[in-house]
Amino acid sequence: MSGIPHDHYEPKTGFEKWLNKRLPVVGLLYDTLMIPTPKNLNWWWIWGIVLTFCLVLQIVTGIILVMHYTPHVDMAFASIEHIMRDVNGGHMLRYIHANGASLFFVAVYIHIFRGLFYGSYKAPREVTWIIGMLIYLMMMATGFLGYVLPWGQMSFWGATVITGLFGAIPFIGEGLQTWLLGGPAVDNATLNRFFSLHYLLPFVIAALVAVHIWAFHTTGNNNPTGVDVRTGSKEEAEKDTLPFWPYFVIKDLVGLGVVLIVFFAIVGFMPNYLGHPDNYIEANPLATPAHIVPEWYYLPFYAILRAFTADVWAVQLVSFLTGGIVDAKFFGVLAMFGAIFVMALAPWLDTSSVRSGQYRPAFKWWFRLLIIDFIVLMWVGARDTNFPHDWISLIGATYWFAYFLVILPLLGLFEKPTTPPASIEEDFNAHYPGAAE
Amino acid sequence: MIKKLTKSAVVALALTTGGALAAGDEGHIEDVAFSFEWPFGKYDQEQLRRGLKVYTEVCSACHGLKYVPLRSLADEGGPHYTEDEVRAYAAANFTIYDEELEDDRARTPADFFPAVSGEGMGPDLSLMAKARAGFHGPAGTGLNQLLRGIGGAEYIASFLTGFNGEETEVAGSVLYGNTAFPGGWVSMPPQLEDGLVDYDDGHNNSAHHMAEDVAAFLMWTAEPKMMARKQAGFVSVLLLVLLTSLLYLTNKKLWAPHKGKKFDA
Repeated sequence: MSGIPHDHYEPKTGFEKWLNKRLPVVGLLYDTLMIPTPKNLNWWWIWGIVLTFCLVLQIVTGIILVMHYTPHVDMAFASIEHIMRDVNGGHMLRYIHANGASLFFVAVYIHIFRGLFYGSYKAPREVTWIIGMLIYLMMMATGFLGYVLPWGQMSFWGATVITGLFGAIPFIGEGLQTWLLGGPAVDNATLNRFFSLHYLLPFVIAALVAVHIWAFHTTGNNNPTGVDVRTGSKEEAEKDTLPFWPYFVIKDLVGLGVVLIVFFAIVGFMPNYLGHPDNYIEANPLATPAHIVPEWYYLPFYAILRAFTADVWAVQLVSFLTGGIVDAKFFGVLAMFGAIFVMALAPWLDTSSVRSGQYRPAFKWWFRLLIIDFIVLMWVGARDTNFPHDWISLIGATYWFAYFLVILPLLGLFEKPTTPPASIEEDFNAHYPGAAE
Repeated sequence: MIKKLTKSAVVALALTTGGALAAGDEGHIEDVAFSFEWPFGKYDQEQLRRGLKVYTEVCSACHGLKYVPLRSLADEGGPHYTEDEVRAYAAANFTIYDEELEDDRARTPADFFPAVSGEGMGPDLSLMAKARAGFHGPAGTGLNQLLRGIGGAEYIASFLTGFNGEETEVAGSVLYGNTAFPGGWVSMPPQLEDGLVDYDDGHNNSAHHMAEDVAAFLMWTAEPKMMARKQAGFVSVLLLVLLTSLLYLTNKKLWAPHKGKKFDA
């Protein structure tokens, strides 16, 4: 599949030859598993496997939970308690599924930031990056839909606030919101369609994951040096790579094991730590909670949404230029989706000729600042909007956009990168002096 | 490799704790050292039984436990009564309207605790210990909640003992001052006073102890499978440590020839 020369599947037995002529599925699996992989991949490269595991874990636990869940406003909350109390192992299933969403997002954020640091988004991997961003958007949607299903207070009010974002779109917003909710407010129709979509989207994600893997198996993996695998001959390629099976499968499983130790400690000992107590109160359309806080994984983008209030000059300018069509609320919505959109554009905004951040002295610092920015935005997203939180979110949101729209394009022009090693083999041997012999 | 893994772990932790540190302008919550805190903490069966008695004699007048089946009083990891004791308790304390009989009858272990609603009645308590948080820990960081739970039971105990004796009237109804309740005023009057409930086991029945006992009982009604969960968590972690260690050694051996290292194991 990939452009890196390697051995391909040869059917040996009679049955294999028979099947291969009709459906080359064994060959497909063989080539996928045996893909030559840069041998210098570090531990930041394990998160792809963790994410695949998360997807399977969520689908399997989800399918079983659905067997006991009732999507009706009068029964949903009670059916969750039925799962927690009466279904064999139900409490574990539900806690694994709820915390599994958090693990999924921890993994996807590390995976995305790994890509941002090592330039994995750059040519020729733009399509892999775009598909990845689509997967991330689908994950956000799926997580949000799933959080509504227990029909607790935060489910209900979270759904009200988030669908309200669509209501901010000029002209069509109000109609769109009603269409999404299936009525004037969050109600039984909303719960039913959210349930239906929460079941559907994971399979869309699974299909996108297959395309994501297909795309980077076509270009080959990036690696910490960002230097391409030498593809002149099979012998040359073999100096830079090792087959995915068994070398990287076993290595990734070590990483997955460590991650799962932490995960099961959280599920077993502190399963409600990442949740919100209000969601153990049944949804009540007449009582608004004191603070409506999204799940932790939405907080950075929630902070960006709230950062652009009507007293920010940029908002006033845009509002003036558009004759008031883009008001502060709509500006916030645009900023929130824009924050992910600019990230998707990274392949074209980054002008540097060097792929990996390891060899970009100035970039390293701006990148570290981006990580800090992300964590600060997450922190401030859970706070109220009083001073100084309003300023912190505004500065944080501004840096997020500046990083992608200004810093990435300019750095490539002004920065003097250091020289990456000539080959992956050279980098690998520098780490393991014994390997050269 | 260990350095990189530690880095990964720190990043993962930073990502997750950032969101959990939401603090509010809530009332004052006392830190109570409950027996069920920490990864190896267990429910104290005697305390759950005392708490049940406080609930039955005091709270149940105005609060239901509609998600809790009476039969679960016999469960291991809970009050763990015998089935006969549960049957006697259900029959003695709560009735239910039976549509087939078209009349009230005594509850059986197959029924749930009553749901209580109506004018002047309070919220259902089945999940109260998980629906409230308390004691956010050093400097409001919430770090102690990582291992000691989100503090719902602390909130309940602090609430029950938090009445400061003040009263005010708002729109015709009396509100009572409470140092634990968000906002400081609550429509529920103070309930517990020293010696109100006679404990069968002769345990100290000061208001403080009763508050803690019923808080522990309500933690159990909210999280009846806690002990099974902690055990499952412990076994999972143990097995995963074993599996990961073996995978680590396999990985080391697998890569050794390519890294020019010797592997003896």
